[in-house]
Amino acid sequence: MGNFGRDASRRHVLGGLAGMAAFGTASGGRAAPSGQPVRVGGTLSLTGPLAQTAGIHKIAAEISVEEINARDGFLGRPVEWILLDDQSKPEVCRSLYEKLITVDKVDLIMGPYATSPILAAMGVAQRYGKLFIQNSMGIPRLANYELQIPATPFGSEPNKSYPKVVFDAVAGTKNPPKTVAILTSKFPSAQFMAEGTRDVAKERGLNVLMYLEYEFGARDFGAIAARVKDANPDFLWVGSLGLESNMLLEALKKLDYVPKHHFHLYPAPGPLAMSPDGKNALASTFLEPDEPFLSRPGVKRLADLYKDRATRMNLPYKELDAQAAGMFSQWQILEQGVNGSKSLDDRTIATWLKKNGATTIYNKMRFDGPFNHGDPAQLVKQNQGNNWKVVWPKEFAAPGVSLVSP
Amino acid sequence: MPSAVVIGQALVSGLLAGGLYGLLALGLSLSWGLLRLVNLGYFAITFLGAYLVYQLHESYGIAPWWAAMLVVPLFFCLGVAQHWVFLRFRVSELASLLVTFGLSVIVESGIQLVWTADYRRLETHYASASFKIGPLYVPVLDLAACLAAAALAWATWAWLRWTYVGKALRASAEDPDIAAAYGVDHKRLSYLLSGICAGYAGVAGAFIALISTLAPSQIWAWLGVVFAVVIIGRVGNPVGALVAGLLIGASESIAMAFLSPAWAPVVSFSALIVLLLWQPDWL
Repeated sequence: MGNFGRDASRRHVLGGLAGMAAFGTASGGRAAPSGQPVRVGGTLSLTGPLAQTAGIHKIAAEISVEEINARDGFLGRPVEWILLDDQSKPEVCRSLYEKLITVDKVDLIMGPYATSPILAAMGVAQRYGKLFIQNSMGIPRLANYELQIPATPFGSEPNKSYPKVVFDAVAGTKNPPKTVAILTSKFPSAQFMAEGTRDVAKERGLNVLMYLEYEFGARDFGAIAARVKDANPDFLWVGSLGLESNMLLEALKKLDYVPKHHFHLYPAPGPLAMSPDGKNALASTFLEPDEPFLSRPGVKRLADLYKDRATRMNLPYKELDAQAAGMFSQWQILEQGVNGSKSLDDRTIATWLKKNGATTIYNKMRFDGPFNHGDPAQLVKQNQGNNWKVVWPKEFAAPGVSLVSP
Repeated sequence: MPSAVVIGQALVSGLLAGGLYGLLALGLSLSWGLLRLVNLGYFAITFLGAYLVYQLHESYGIAPWWAAMLVVPLFFCLGVAQHWVFLRFRVSELASLLVTFGLSVIVESGIQLVWTADYRRLETHYASASFKIGPLYVPVLDLAACLAAAALAWATWAWLRWTYVGKALRASAEDPDIAAAYGVDHKRLSYLLSGICAGYAGVAGAFIALISTLAPSQIWAWLGVVFAVVIIGRVGNPVGALVAGLLIGASESIAMAFLSPAWAPVVSFSALIVLLLWQPDWL
């Protein structure tokens, strides 16, 4: 994290100013974009097992397109978003991107979310030489396509960089852990991070009491909970997705066991925040609707717009979270890439982005490192009073907020 | 080597999870064995029941068990109506697989339309309640689901074995023509059984709402293991479904305690493959 706030070069400053102007406000006074729309095609997993988070991405994308069109659109032309449902199936995703490019002949494409659909779509993008911006590729080394742009700052090796952030967070508490239990879903990106966490724990001299993998979509956590209780680790690290953390914590509670420090990788934010079992849970994030993030240009406006739309869409968790932020970031990058390069040519846009970076909801981002990543900016949040608060690194915690130790 | 407490706790958890498998398998097993309809839609209406129980609780504060009292009769009628459609269009055993798969997709889409794809959780103060027997904890809701499964399985078995209607249903399933010759009105009885199966889906749905977090795609999460339970327990045998559920639940859980939890799903399907190769007389 040390490089996160590093000095920007001149080109980054210029790019940043352009970006801030671009998404600061949907300003009036400008001429509305006109002419033939620029068609941007993409898929989201609106149905199937990944659908729980599709609503989040859809809302963020819709707001983004409206905001872009309220400014200058792309090169003065309005933007039209063509959205298809990939049903959470990589093979469907692949076919739909093929269709978007060859049949619908869209001008640009926008990546889907989650590792499997992203990998499927990226193969198609590569075949046709299309710019491919995505926000949730959890294993950066698999994204080795030169025109791929990551919209979320995982960094090139999150399996090495992020475990250090997490262990730093708990090491600074009044009860720093000496023993660790690692549980992980066999979902590829979670497993990838769990293996890295195990290595970093060993490097730091922590005693890894157990390393267990469970099937993605596991229904019963009773036996796993019994093993965790028996091991009684100082720190429970869970490579969870969706509801798995809730299910594990409920199973532990049924055994009258509350873990000490406990971290959850990619949980569904709402259910874990609202659950009494999720008290003091730590989790991964990149941004929360709080200071210092709300002071970034345009973030408060996006957070308010998102909350309003999520309320109208009846989403159970209505706050802007890292997933929605990822989608906002995707569109911000595309807008700056198109208008900055003054082109709709995929390679020209990608080259411009790699040279200039982009200013997004995540602040200044670079795309000139390995796998087109810049510096990592993955943070640690904690469930405090049914709200997620960023607690580590300290400079990203809101005033008065600190990590609550068990 | 896990400690005795871990093994004991895993066994308790597995048996109780197996009870829920048995409860889910009950309606499917009866429908398949006695009506010759492989009703994949059973999982979808189970989750529809869970969502209704959730909504009645969230919107009107109706306790889940009272909500279940409303949902079960409603589903009985739904089961009867569904069976009317099957009879009307002469849906065969194999075709029922395809038709009910389509029905499931429609119900899943309907659920997503109304409740969105996001997670829904029926929060109760007793959701995580458990009591202690020696060093082992017994979760109350899981136990209730298991006891409900046992009671329904036993009652259904007794009904099929000792009542005229039950005997007539079994006779019809075995040889409809001979049963008809003895005055059995298979059509009327099949409406009754279809309604009962759907009612069981309502009961299972109420427990799913209480124990699990709901999402439309989870309709498919139980399909594999419950199918294995139905086949291992012998189709049309309610007690067999329960026993198979308990066996699979316990063996999955013990596998999780001794080996990597990722091995758990292998257990149920390995058991299924072994039994299908072995083909014992009782299967």
